[in-house]
Amino acid sequence: MSSAVEQSPSAAPYTLDSELPHQRHLRKFRDILTKNLVRLGGFSIIAAIALIFIYLISVVLPVFFPADTKLKADYPLPSPAAGDTLFLSIEEQLEVGLRVTAKGQAVFFNAANGTDIENYSIPVPESAQITAVANIDSAEGIIALGFNDGTALFIKHHYHIDYPQDQRRITPHIEYPYGETPLKINPGNSTLQLISAATGNDELVILAYSDEKKISASVFNKETSLFDETVTLEHDSTSLLLNNANRPVGMLIDPELRWAYIATDEDELYVYRIDEDLSFFLNEKFALNPDGGKLTDLKFATGGLSLLSSNDQGHIYQWFQVRNKKGEYKLHKIREFSSGSSSISIIEPEQRRKGFLTINEQQELSVFHTTASRHLLSEPLAGKNIKHAALSPRADAVLLEDAGDRIYLYKIHNEHPEVSWASLWQRVWYESYDEPEYIWQSSAASNDFEPKFSLVPLTFGTIKAAFFAMLIATPMAIMGAIFTAYFMSPLMRGWIKPTIEIMEALPTVILGFLAGLWLAPFTEAHLPGILSILLLLPPAVLFFAYLWSRLPVEIRLFVPEGWQAALLVPVTIAVGWACIALSPWLETHFLGGDTRLWLDQALDIKYDQRNALVVGIAMGFAVIPSIFSITEDAIFNVPKHLTNASLAMGATQWQTMTRVILPTASPAIFSAVMIGLGRAVGETMIVLMATGNTPILDLNIFEGMRTLSANIAVELPESEVGSTHYRILFLAALVLFMMTFAFNTLAEVIRQSLRDKYSKL
Amino acid sequence: MSATTNKYNLGLKSWFHSGLPWIWLNAAAVSASLILVIGLLLLIAVRGLGHFWPKDVYEISHQQPDNRVYRVIGERIRTEPVGIQRLLDAGMQIDAGDRSQIERSLIKTGNRDITGLDFRWILDINILSENTPADITVLERKEWGAFYGYIKEIREANTIINSGATQYGLLNEKLAEVHQLLSQAKSIEKDKIGKLNYELERLRLKQRKLELKNKAGTASNTDIQQRQQALESQYQIYFQQLQELNNAAARTTVIMEAMGGERVEISLANIVRAYQPNDMSVFGKLIFYLAKLWEFVSEDPREANTEGGIFPAIFGTIIMVLLMSVVVTPFGVVAAVYLYEYANQGVLTRLIRVAVNNLAGVPSIVYGVFGLGFFVYTLGGGIDQLFYPENLPAPTFGTPGLIWASLTLALLTVPVVIVSTEEGLSRVPSAIREGAFALGATKAETIWKTILPISSPAIMTGLILAIARAAGEVAPLMLVGVVKLAPSLPLDGNFPYLHLDRKFMHLGFHIYDVGFQSPNVEAARPLVYATALLLVLIIIVLNLTAIYIRNNLREKYKVHDN
Repeated sequence: MSSAVEQSPSAAPYTLDSELPHQRHLRKFRDILTKNLVRLGGFSIIAAIALIFIYLISVVLPVFFPADTKLKADYPLPSPAAGDTLFLSIEEQLEVGLRVTAKGQAVFFNAANGTDIENYSIPVPESAQITAVANIDSAEGIIALGFNDGTALFIKHHYHIDYPQDQRRITPHIEYPYGETPLKINPGNSTLQLISAATGNDELVILAYSDEKKISASVFNKETSLFDETVTLEHDSTSLLLNNANRPVGMLIDPELRWAYIATDEDELYVYRIDEDLSFFLNEKFALNPDGGKLTDLKFATGGLSLLSSNDQGHIYQWFQVRNKKGEYKLHKIREFSSGSSSISIIEPEQRRKGFLTINEQQELSVFHTTASRHLLSEPLAGKNIKHAALSPRADAVLLEDAGDRIYLYKIHNEHPEVSWASLWQRVWYESYDEPEYIWQSSAASNDFEPKFSLVPLTFGTIKAAFFAMLIATPMAIMGAIFTAYFMSPLMRGWIKPTIEIMEALPTVILGFLAGLWLAPFTEAHLPGILSILLLLPPAVLFFAYLWSRLPVEIRLFVPEGWQAALLVPVTIAVGWACIALSPWLETHFLGGDTRLWLDQALDIKYDQRNALVVGIAMGFAVIPSIFSITEDAIFNVPKHLTNASLAMGATQWQTMTRVILPTASPAIFSAVMIGLGRAVGETMIVLMATGNTPILDLNIFEGMRTLSANIAVELPESEVGSTHYRILFLAALVLFMMTFAFNTLAEVIRQSLRDKYSKL
Repeated sequence: MSATTNKYNLGLKSWFHSGLPWIWLNAAAVSASLILVIGLLLLIAVRGLGHFWPKDVYEISHQQPDNRVYRVIGERIRTEPVGIQRLLDAGMQIDAGDRSQIERSLIKTGNRDITGLDFRWILDINILSENTPADITVLERKEWGAFYGYIKEIREANTIINSGATQYGLLNEKLAEVHQLLSQAKSIEKDKIGKLNYELERLRLKQRKLELKNKAGTASNTDIQQRQQALESQYQIYFQQLQELNNAAARTTVIMEAMGGERVEISLANIVRAYQPNDMSVFGKLIFYLAKLWEFVSEDPREANTEGGIFPAIFGTIIMVLLMSVVVTPFGVVAAVYLYEYANQGVLTRLIRVAVNNLAGVPSIVYGVFGLGFFVYTLGGGIDQLFYPENLPAPTFGTPGLIWASLTLALLTVPVVIVSTEEGLSRVPSAIREGAFALGATKAETIWKTILPISSPAIMTGLILAIARAAGEVAPLMLVGVVKLAPSLPLDGNFPYLHLDRKFMHLGFHIYDVGFQSPNVEAARPLVYATALLLVLIIIVLNLTAIYIRNNLREKYKVHDN
């Protein structure tokens, strides 16, 4: 680049004879002000690009932050006279805590300072004692209490929220979803030592371990009263699962009533399959900790598909049912977590995400996320010997009770546990999938849905689209540029260059809409024709060229040198038209009358109407001018003395082109391709409109893809600000930014060095 | 040039050896690109312009597989060959002899309210007869799309006022009367009631502001309440007038016979225009064509954007581009002046050039993401907190809108202005600078008074190119402020006249939305082509202007160095 004119001679500025001193100062002031403002303007360009980069990073980074926790409050046990705690809970707004006591009291207390709010007496039968307690449904707040007379009672803790005078007020209640009368579980009156239950739409299944050393499963039918919608339970059947067993460490039934798990104190896990008619079959039985270690806790992750087991060596395993090749379901160890070497006493799963926390015997709190395989936090706790832990519904606080009868409230800050660098870029084994996969699925209709954020299908789609576009654009653009810059007559060149500029300026929304609404159906209807154009055009051109060379000179001289391109226009049109016109004939005679069906049956290739071929053509069209302009400039600017020397030595035009001009211009051509690639990678509207936007991993040219850019355009308007999804979309933008930044910077560096080279030649 | 080597006819082998085939292949790449560009422009032009020409309406009787004969009235949209095999696969019963493919026609039958569909395919071999009766009338309606059929009666307040031969003339007469009433109603609704609503909303916000400052019950608050009551009563009066006008307009109806023989009563208030295309002369069609074209560029869209005009989209695009220009011009010119006139050639300048190239190369969607996050949520959210707390939690500037779209596009187009301006600066002869310095001018004066005026055509070129780029950009706009249907224009008669916080419509987004999000793509397709044509024309004209100015400038000042 030409340098700026240097500062004018030092004596001259700011002094004119007719000037007064204050005018002089004013002029000087203006000059300096302008200089500084202009400099600021120049730097602001760097500032702008840096701002984009930094802002994108600042939005993305919190996704990778670890969790942290803080002790908010600790206080002595509220209403200690009500008895020992059996069950502890905290509601969503973190205002009300609940402990259910051995004396049948439900004590609601202020979670921030431990003052009593309300005590409910649970209608425990006379002379009965609570011997077992089970958390049935955390989301609904249903717990089961088992008594020593073989009966059980279901209670529900419920929080009513209203806003008198714009102030939030939370009123806790205890309700009895299946009536206040305890349910007879065991035929005998033996004590229930451990129970567990799950409710379906019409049934309730209870697993119970009694002091007769039996584990049995009882099925009850729900009957809803027609008058007041109260639900009563009718006993249906009871089946004996295990006889003569020691007290199990864990018993669980999943909420879909398909599987039951019993973990014995001998580290044996019994897996029962539950049929449609609610009969139980032993599906498999195996050791949970074959490498040593003793089972300490067994819980479901939310949704009831994954089983979490912990042992006394500080390990937690995640298990779920996987269908093997024979179509049988087997429990599979999916992931392993470790919180140190100390025995884990409590696993507490989150209610709304697939995360959980653990507390070990060294009184350390650890936070994990299953799917993302993340260990987010390990922090020592204040309490002495934690007996109970209750995670809040939003997993933003945990309420703990220790052996010294104190309650601790810890806040947990853990906004984005569900994503890790590995889960974004590696295969992830999701629940209900047969194997680890790359999946992008950010939302679904169901509530239990776990979002799946793998950037691999999107990045693959981006590269696939760019690849096919470049496959079409690169040869067309470079060949066109070679001809235009070196062989074309100046007059025609004067027309071609603005045309290509217009081509570059065409909005991609127009290309995309034509590709989606016109080209895609057209290609589908004339696929054999389109493919035969690609195959037939080069030989047809060569054939015509040879015929032309055989024509008498008199005729050839009608068309001046450098107008071959104009001559070929009718040829190209004729070949194109012929191919399209022959397409139905080709289809009937060679492809069985229906190309799509033929592709599917003969070649096993799926065909989507909006596919990579359409995108390749449309995006190729968009990229051609970018590559063309730079390549053309570079070839045209190769110093003339080089080409003249080559021609003077007897080289042909084409030899000069390939041996002298192209090597000299090759760095610029490379940078042109880089810039074209950058454009293809970031192009949004064409892929948005001309593909089906399905995030698949398939290189098939007749299937679509979903690119990073189109994904952002589709999903960002609907994502919640600050959510994990939102931040991952920003990450997608950052990935795009960095990809194109790399391409463009490389291209620019090469061009700058080439400029130096040309100036030396 | 190359003719020397093959002046005499060469053999195939030596011809290949000469490298000529390669040159021809390169030439083919140019001609293929040329054909693609011109073919694309022609395709858009033909489809976009053809839509408004009144097409003949056919009355077709055709036989179904069950041997019953049906009457279909409609326009033939297109005819295409279709493979028999495909139809058989789809479960159709066809007796086409030994032909492998037959023709089928897409007929636009309209009458969506009766038949549920407004398009249907008919196999040409099933057609028994077709003709174009002169008295088929097409009604363009505000709801349910077009209606094709015959006029039977015209009624006013449920009494038949005419059923003779001049029905068509009378229908148009009555239609003119009804449209008169409706335009009065519209002016009350849009201008007067619109203004009242706007005023009421501002009063509500004022009141809320006072509440937030704990000044409810003060004098100004009672003032507001009085004003509110006055506006409310005014509103009642206008509302009364509006209802009277609407009732008057709804009194006249026309009874039409549809293709199935059903009689349908259609209120004239629901009819945009009525015409008999089969009875039109070429001149009449031309008048009709121009009227439709004018409607297209000057009217609001109807029926989920599948009918009517695109005026709000044109207007939105222009306003957005103008606002963008205000920002991008000074920014781009100053940066270019720095790069060319002030900066020393060093690492920093190189860095700035890399930054400029990257700004030009970063995908536009990334600007959209940045605009949404930084401008809308961070800046806009901050402005709301500071200046519009009375409106929260409803955002004022903390939501996508005109200002943010303009700023985002300004950032996106700044490299275009920089590159073009710099080229202009490089073409100003150094003699002019040196002359100015020799006369004692400071550097700032030299730049302001001589160099920038001389290079102003280059700046203009850059600006025009930036505008062309912005007018065609869609991806970032989808995130920062463009909507499919904006309730009101960003510029209107209510203070502060230019509403920077409003959402707006945009030509490019209109194409995407109508072509891909519309429930009735087949009906919307012609309008998409027409919109695309308009957009392409705007962009070509802008680019040609830029090329023209630039070439003139190049002629005027040949590059002074290099």
